[in-house]
Amino acid sequence: MSVVTAEGLSLTFPGDVQALKDVNLSVEAGEFVSFIGPSGCGKTTFLRVVADLEKPTGGEVRVTGLSPEEARMQRAYGYVFQQPGLLPWRTVEGNIRLPLALMGQDKHVMAERVASVLKMVELDGFGTKYPWQLSGGMQQRASIARALAFDAELLLMDEPFGALDEIVRDRLNDQLLDLWRTTQKTVLFVTHSIPEAVYLSTKIVVMSPRPGRVAKVINNPLPPDRPLEVRESTEFLAVAAEVRNTLREGMD
Amino acid sequence: MLAWLSRSVLPVATIVAAIIVIWYAAAIPMNSMRTYMMAPDDAEISFSELVSDTWSQKKPQLPLPHQIVREVKKQATFSWIWKEKRRGYKRSLIYHTWVTLSSTLLGFGLGLVLGVSLSLAIVYSRVMDLSVMPWVITSQTIPIIAIAPMIIVIMAPMGLTGLMPKGVISMYLSYFPIVIGMTKGLRSSDPILEDQMKTWSATAFQTFLLLRLPSALPYLFPAMKISLAAALVGAVVAELPSGARAGLGARLLVFSYRSETIPMWANLVSAAILAGLLVVSFGMLERALNRRLGFRTAGEVSS
Amino acid sequence: MMIAIFALVLWGALWAFNVKLAGWLSDRYARIAVPIVFGLTLVVMVELLVIGLNVSFVILPRPSEMVVRLFTSYEMLWEDFVQTILKGALTGYVVGCSTALLVAFLASWSDFLRRGLLPLGNFVAALPVVGLAPIMVMWFGFGWESKAAIVVSMCFFPMLVNSVQGLAATNAIERDLFKTYAATPLQQLGLLRLPAAMPFILNGLKVCTPLALIGAIVAEFFGSPFLGMGFRIKTSVGTLSLDLVWAEIIVAAIAGTGFFGLLLIIERSLTFWHPSQRR
Repeated sequence: MSVVTAEGLSLTFPGDVQALKDVNLSVEAGEFVSFIGPSGCGKTTFLRVVADLEKPTGGEVRVTGLSPEEARMQRAYGYVFQQPGLLPWRTVEGNIRLPLALMGQDKHVMAERVASVLKMVELDGFGTKYPWQLSGGMQQRASIARALAFDAELLLMDEPFGALDEIVRDRLNDQLLDLWRTTQKTVLFVTHSIPEAVYLSTKIVVMSPRPGRVAKVINNPLPPDRPLEVRESTEFLAVAAEVRNTLREGMD
Repeated sequence: MLAWLSRSVLPVATIVAAIIVIWYAAAIPMNSMRTYMMAPDDAEISFSELVSDTWSQKKPQLPLPHQIVREVKKQATFSWIWKEKRRGYKRSLIYHTWVTLSSTLLGFGLGLVLGVSLSLAIVYSRVMDLSVMPWVITSQTIPIIAIAPMIIVIMAPMGLTGLMPKGVISMYLSYFPIVIGMTKGLRSSDPILEDQMKTWSATAFQTFLLLRLPSALPYLFPAMKISLAAALVGAVVAELPSGARAGLGARLLVFSYRSETIPMWANLVSAAILAGLLVVSFGMLERALNRRLGFRTAGEVSS
Repeated sequence: MMIAIFALVLWGALWAFNVKLAGWLSDRYARIAVPIVFGLTLVVMVELLVIGLNVSFVILPRPSEMVVRLFTSYEMLWEDFVQTILKGALTGYVVGCSTALLVAFLASWSDFLRRGLLPLGNFVAALPVVGLAPIMVMWFGFGWESKAAIVVSMCFFPMLVNSVQGLAATNAIERDLFKTYAATPLQQLGLLRLPAAMPFILNGLKVCTPLALIGAIVAEFFGSPFLGMGFRIKTSVGTLSLDLVWAEIIVAAIAGTGFFGLLLIIERSLTFWHPSQRR
């Protein structure tokens, strides 16, 4: 079943900036799809259209078979932003509980969910801390836990690790991969790091700018079980080279 | 240009227009009491008569904008300033505005000196920071109007009467924003630049002059604007218990005893105009200075 | 003269003690002890100087005389306190600040209203609104109602400006986040905008505290029943009972400082998360 489909999708911002032009794409359930490209290629915009944070000016998008707005109203996806975006006056638990409270869940369910997602992102024991008492990496993990809290099938992630240093980033990539394998969620993941895209995804969408469009969709042949060392394998390097070449072609 | 008009000017103009409409409408019921009192018992007062009467009374409860503007124009003449014929509260509005302005400026000047020296002491001495800062804050929770008569009483035997006590009372309100803004500003210099100064083994005074003072200025100017407005409030308040015969506050007291409402409002409008002029002219000064020093004025669009 | 010299020596000694104190104590205790020692030093100094320099009672009574008056006339002072602070200032403060907050809520839904109100509010907040006092006395009579009315008009605009700014103090990510949760406008107000506005709202409440006291007392200069702190100060200056004036000042100071302290405690407990409050 297709979780996200886009047909002839276009978005032109006021002032005639063409952020997206004729994007056709289909994401199947359980896939991990990375979007990569230089700035201005519309990768974040595409994610925002799926999340109904932007309205397309042409074409059609379906999210879990619904329009983006219907999907948003049904809370069909969890969204992780570039910055953690945790509310500083709520504890980590309080932040994770927020979407559940907005949906009117009862207290026991909330407590159970909060405990389980905290464990998933390895933050158990930090629930009563405030976000500003945590490191940047921990904050971003809390923000992922919040997006997982209401167990939506679809996870939208917009450069979630962009602001972190490489050591933390590697660790979080590893954790995210584990999480994806165990929960079987569909993930749309925006990044500008080639190793990150190749390491995480089953499918890599390379985009090019002005106007933002899909340059090539590359299927990743790597097995789902990927230790960090896979990055030195020839297969990995071959995919990375293909992504790099496509990106270079798109720039000309 | 058109976008700027519709984004900034239109909303403000709409609200000002709404206020004026409400003002004229409210004047009808508020002033109608006198209309009915003056009319003979059996008289029928039509609505148009009611409106024309309530909008043109001599001592209305709520004077109307056009009456106030007329009064300001009538009283704010330069020809009366130097003529001795008109004495006391009857002298030109410009004269009285000048009296209040002079104690405002004195209070502002004193407040600036006191505020800047206090903040220097606070920043460079931990004991001063610990012992004085809480009292600076406490001083503002003590209403100035309660202390004002005492300041006048204490200063009189020292031979200080008239302008000086009013300036001191006004200073009491105006020094506070300066202390807060300047202290924050002096502490806001970039730590990297402080280290840089240290690598050049600059003296404390050099660091102050070349780094701390310039970084404090963007905080000092907005604080001075607030302080100027506070100094004006202080100057008006100072005229109430001091038995002053001149100044906008003193005039307010006289007109309120005589329930002359239109001159009272004219007085208020001149105080408002004075405040507006002070703040706007200071804002222009700030902009010019900041531009020379290469700072960006707060609120200016970055592009 | 001897006493005056002694006072100066004492000043030096206590200052030196304070310097030591600031060094000895940890920051937490020094923050409380040092200002108290400084305040006491000041009071003792004034007491000694008034005695030593033979300052007349009609210029400056001794601090001890002020305190004695505070206890002997406490009934009268309490009545004045109720009339001016509780009825006049506090009523006006509550009404003015809550109305401003309400208008700010309305303005936060409409960009047009916000654009119109913010520059106007900023302008009016810089005006000497206290000048409206005689007009309020004329409209609402000599009782506490006119005092509350002037306090309302003095507090309204500074509070409005702070609240409007506060309710707009959310960032794009937080707003997008609530959109992805399909939160209702009311949920967004209660769970995002209001908590984010809290530091600004408390700042507004702090700014309005001295304004409320000034407004209520000033209005009594333009007419009051035979009661109230402003009235008492005005008449006592006339009869040269300056110890009573100073007793009223002490009451006003305690009331103002106490209320402000309360606000600081509320601020610490509600906006502990704000960078300016973190420890």
